[in-house]
Amino acid sequence: MFKIFKYSFFDLIRSRWTYIYAGFYFLFTLGMLMLSSDLSKVVISSMNVVLILCPLIATMFGVMYYYNSREFTELLLSQPIKRTSIFTGQFLGLATSLSVSLLVGAGIPFLMFGVFGSDQAGNFLVLLFNGVVLSFIFAAISFFIALKNEDKIKGFGLAILVWLLLAVVYDGLLLLGLSWFRDYPLEKASLIASVLNPIDLSRVMLLLKLDISALMSLTGAVYRKFLGSGVGMAISVAVLLIWTIIPTLGIRRVCLRRDF
Amino acid sequence: MKNNILIAALLFAAFPLLSNTLVVCPDCPVNTIAKGIALANPCDTVLVQSGTYYENNIEINKDLTLIGEGMPVVDGKEQGEIFTVENKYFYIEGFRIQNVGRSYVEDRAGIRIRKSTQFTIRNNEFDEAFFAIYLQNSSKGLIEGNHISAHSLEEANSGNAIHAWYCSYLEIANNVVKGNRDGIYLEFVDNSLIHNNLSQDNIRYGLHFMFSDDDSYYDNEFVDNGAGVAVMYSKNIVMQRNVFRDNWGAASYGLLLKDIFDSEIFHNRFNQNTVGIFMETSNRLKIQQNEFSENGWAVKMSGGNQTNILSKNNFLHNTFNLSVHSAGTDNVFSSNYWSDYAGYDLDKDGVGDVPHRPMKLFSYVVSSTPEAMVLLRSLFIDLLNFSEKVSPIFTPENVIDETPLMTPLPVFGKV
Repeated sequence: MFKIFKYSFFDLIRSRWTYIYAGFYFLFTLGMLMLSSDLSKVVISSMNVVLILCPLIATMFGVMYYYNSREFTELLLSQPIKRTSIFTGQFLGLATSLSVSLLVGAGIPFLMFGVFGSDQAGNFLVLLFNGVVLSFIFAAISFFIALKNEDKIKGFGLAILVWLLLAVVYDGLLLLGLSWFRDYPLEKASLIASVLNPIDLSRVMLLLKLDISALMSLTGAVYRKFLGSGVGMAISVAVLLIWTIIPTLGIRRVCLRRDF
Repeated sequence: MKNNILIAALLFAAFPLLSNTLVVCPDCPVNTIAKGIALANPCDTVLVQSGTYYENNIEINKDLTLIGEGMPVVDGKEQGEIFTVENKYFYIEGFRIQNVGRSYVEDRAGIRIRKSTQFTIRNNEFDEAFFAIYLQNSSKGLIEGNHISAHSLEEANSGNAIHAWYCSYLEIANNVVKGNRDGIYLEFVDNSLIHNNLSQDNIRYGLHFMFSDDDSYYDNEFVDNGAGVAVMYSKNIVMQRNVFRDNWGAASYGLLLKDIFDSEIFHNRFNQNTVGIFMETSNRLKIQQNEFSENGWAVKMSGGNQTNILSKNNFLHNTFNLSVHSAGTDNVFSSNYWSDYAGYDLDKDGVGDVPHRPMKLFSYVVSSTPEAMVLLRSLFIDLLNFSEKVSPIFTPENVIDETPLMTPLPVFGKV
């Protein structure tokens, strides 16, 4: 598995798209830092971008990479290597290369502007952590979908649909639900709803760190109490890990059963 | 005639004799302030030299000038009020007054002034003085250059730094008040000036008006209080060139206006408050040439606000620039600079050609469903705001700036 991971990782890290992806983060973050001297503002702007781009790019890359490396995968399958090692290795290679792009692209400008000397160091690390976890989650989901669907178009469509559901539609439904049931106390319900979606959870974790909780008054207080506590933080991280593990297990299951 | 001059000359010669100076020091024959005051004749000066005096319940009923030399300390040992003045004239300067002690039964004060018509409290220091300066039924007083600090934690067992009740013609200037319940509390106080004060870390309000009319406050700074300034049930208040900043917390405001009428809010700066200005049932206010930057809400209007004018203000990078609770009011929003204005100015007259709608849809949603704040900065909300901006359906029709400015105005420090 490690060999396949190494191969996939170095294959991807040499790819043009990885450079473009990292370069985008680099330029964006650098630009923001040059325009604004306030690090917390830059962390917020980066958060907006990371929370949209990480899942989207991971989804696209995941599907593309699977379909493009199909022939190589078939070649590997004919060798005496365990199936699970092949696919888990490929998935890990993909997710790691995406994470490295993010860490390098967004990390270097912040380091250049001395983030660790400022009070934003914690927020910056939470941002990177969330970016990395989101890359892993969505790479796993897209890999799973691609593995399930022989048809490229169908695979692409489904993967994008899942991204759209989690990134946009989910929030829409949540808002709809909140305004329908606004006569009831909804703090806990909205808390649970946003913990269940990895993108929302990452956003809320960051927003609370960035002190926007004061804007949320009662809701913010409930959130802060939950996420500020050790148990709450543990649950959030656990939810993010579960989101990574379930599609990874799905990849395992499908690759063992599928007839190639 | 000659006799008259002689009498006048004699009187002048005798004048220093009439107004004696009495010295109090720890090693003098007169070694307590209370003794000094008892011995002094009306119009005398009591000079208290440096040292620590453990005294309380000092009552003053005659015209006296109290001067502290080298900051003498008057310590109440947490046992009650220190100076109680009930007299027309009073002057005090240069004391450090501390440890008055909390009470749940009575409003103990560092200096209490009753029924005075000419008094000055100047350059004193107060530490843990519960109600440091307590004024009742008094007028024409100057409270200047005092430094009042406390370390209050709860509203219920803390006092106000400067507390005035049924007063008029006060001047409260250049004081520093920190860590009390209210920094400056005015109830039924008319025709007074409050200026150049710093009010910081007070757990309720930096400055609090109740039923006080025709006052003005200017050039003050309100930092990190529960709410910077609360103006309630008052009219004709002029608020100018003040700084409201870092009043940040779940229920914090820069300026809280409730039931106030005919007032002017000019040239103030609101920076990083949860809510810059919160208004409720306030009418005929002029809010002009202020700067709102990096607040949660710059201006939040609750119900019943009528005929207010919000113009020529700068709104810079607030999470929400404006939230208006009810539609159908006749408030005017004109000629402001909005940092999120996306219009253009083809004729280069400095005024945008497209009207600006400062109230975002999300702001409207949040005002009816506060929990929806969870979705702040999500992609869906951005899409929602954008579509509402293109074709407004939900946000109130009349919350619109027809003449948004293209560049920020020079606001602060210019009259």
